[in-house]
Amino acid sequence: MKVSRGEKIFNIMNIIIMIIVIIATLYPFLYLTAISFSSEKYVYAGEITLLPKGFTMKTYQVLLSEKLFWISYKITIVYTLVGTFISLFLSTLLAYPLSKKHLKGRGIILGLVVFIMFFSGGLIPTYLLVNALGMRNTIWAVVIPGAINTYYVIVMKTFFEGLPVELEEAAAIDGMNTYGILLHIVLPLSMPMMAAMTLFYAVGMWNNWFGPFIYLDKRELFPAALYLRNIIAGAQQTAVSSGSNIGDLEQIEATVKSAAMILTALPIIMVYPFLQKYFVKGVMIGSLKG
Amino acid sequence: MNVEVTNKEFIELPSMNEKSNFKKTLKAIRKDWQLYSLLILPLAHYLIFRYIPMYGNIIAFRKYYPGGPVYGSEWVGLRYFKMFLTDPTFWKVLKNTIILNVEYLVISFPFPIIFALLLNELRNQLFKRFVQTVSYLPHFISVVIVAGMIMELLSPSTGVVNIILKHFTGKTINFLAEAAWFRTIYIVSGIWQGMGWGAIIYLAALSNINPELYEAAIIDGANKWQQIRYITIPGIMPTIMILLILNIGNLMNSAFEKILLLYNPLTYETADVISTYLYRMGLEMNNFSYAAAIGMFESIIGLILLGTANYISKRLTETSLW
Repeated sequence: MKVSRGEKIFNIMNIIIMIIVIIATLYPFLYLTAISFSSEKYVYAGEITLLPKGFTMKTYQVLLSEKLFWISYKITIVYTLVGTFISLFLSTLLAYPLSKKHLKGRGIILGLVVFIMFFSGGLIPTYLLVNALGMRNTIWAVVIPGAINTYYVIVMKTFFEGLPVELEEAAAIDGMNTYGILLHIVLPLSMPMMAAMTLFYAVGMWNNWFGPFIYLDKRELFPAALYLRNIIAGAQQTAVSSGSNIGDLEQIEATVKSAAMILTALPIIMVYPFLQKYFVKGVMIGSLKG
Repeated sequence: MNVEVTNKEFIELPSMNEKSNFKKTLKAIRKDWQLYSLLILPLAHYLIFRYIPMYGNIIAFRKYYPGGPVYGSEWVGLRYFKMFLTDPTFWKVLKNTIILNVEYLVISFPFPIIFALLLNELRNQLFKRFVQTVSYLPHFISVVIVAGMIMELLSPSTGVVNIILKHFTGKTINFLAEAAWFRTIYIVSGIWQGMGWGAIIYLAALSNINPELYEAAIIDGANKWQQIRYITIPGIMPTIMILLILNIGNLMNSAFEKILLLYNPLTYETADVISTYLYRMGLEMNNFSYAAAIGMFESIIGLILLGTANYISKRLTETSLW
């Protein structure tokens, strides 16, 4: 097939636009990395644009010796593991029965679940409730209140609906009960979707800072994202109090902040390329049925 | 065993019609009790953490003080609603919410669509996959890190944006301390975060368009632009409409966490929105009843917007959520 001149130009322009998109997406990460490996002197002088200057590992050594950062990092792993498990458990229990079209009352339950996507109780009542339940300053305040993401439940339900019913029917005839069917037949068939859901929930939990921010007072319970928020907010405070003429504190912290950001984003950036196809699959399943 | 089950069902079927509805329900529960039992825990979660807070909004009509009764001490009727209707800050944050979100919607909405259309035209599949992979990444990065990045990039002394500005104009701008810049920062960073991920759903819609339509169009002599105009765009129109409805329904919900991380008293003039004002009133100043009243107002407006957008779309394009 012959390609017209206009189309050729378009294709070249298209590739150029895509390269710009790639650069614009990746540049902030490279910039932070460059700052985190630069010595303060050059950062302070405003000389870092793309590559580190006065290459040093000192910032990372400072951060490595910062006990609270590692406590935060470790507890983030705990929150992520526990939170992801609870979320997956509850979401599966909800999505599987809802995928059974013959189930009486399915429409009502589905309605109650979906309604949440458009109308919620709001921040204040939820906050008061979580405190009234005595969850404040416990892991439960972090992992329980937002455990079920309605959108993911709909995605899971849609996926379960698409599974061949013959296998489940055959297992039922062989005397297997619903729990057995879910555990031994349905879940093994749903591995790619479950992997996607695991990743979505895990990433959400890893990045979660606002719940911990309002429900936790003890520093040793803060997840890494909240630890990071506190360093950043500290710098923000300094910036405000000294107007446009910013004090030394911010410059010294610029390297530390960047290094902390890189370390917090690192687990996601590292697993991301390998798991990307699952992420996308998850969205695709959801998009099939609005 | 096989025969037994089939027989049982066969025998029971005719008698079903004679049973009352109530008995039918009982039978359904008995037959599917294991499925229903799975629902107990998640539904309890929805009841406690989703529906009880809805009821908890009752404190918007009652006087609540920390340490007092959970749902307030006395009825005050619409006092808190009257209070915010006469509060000048409320009108300011309402205006900010509308401007910020409308600007954001209008400017950012086309980006994923255009990006998806351009991706779809890439010939090299390997390059296409690479661009996609890279473009999704920001979606998975914590908003705290996004805010931190913005602060580093825009820092008046060390940030690269100001280094470049200074090189060309000799001046620097303290972007995060100037109210006039806040909306730009919010919108640009929002596009950075969401463009790639937002394109996925359109790519899925694009892949569902029947290729025969293009073949027929080429035979009819349609050029690339005409193909996009008359096949591709109409093909993804339902998806565009659904997302537009959802976005309009979300018009009251700004990226609350991002604003909370990026704003400061110097930028309240443009950056302070309903949700951040509500947060400060409630959680920082302990005016829980007042904040709950604002929250209710916000949710109800959101629901009305969603309903209206859905209705209009149903009328005009026959695409709707329900």
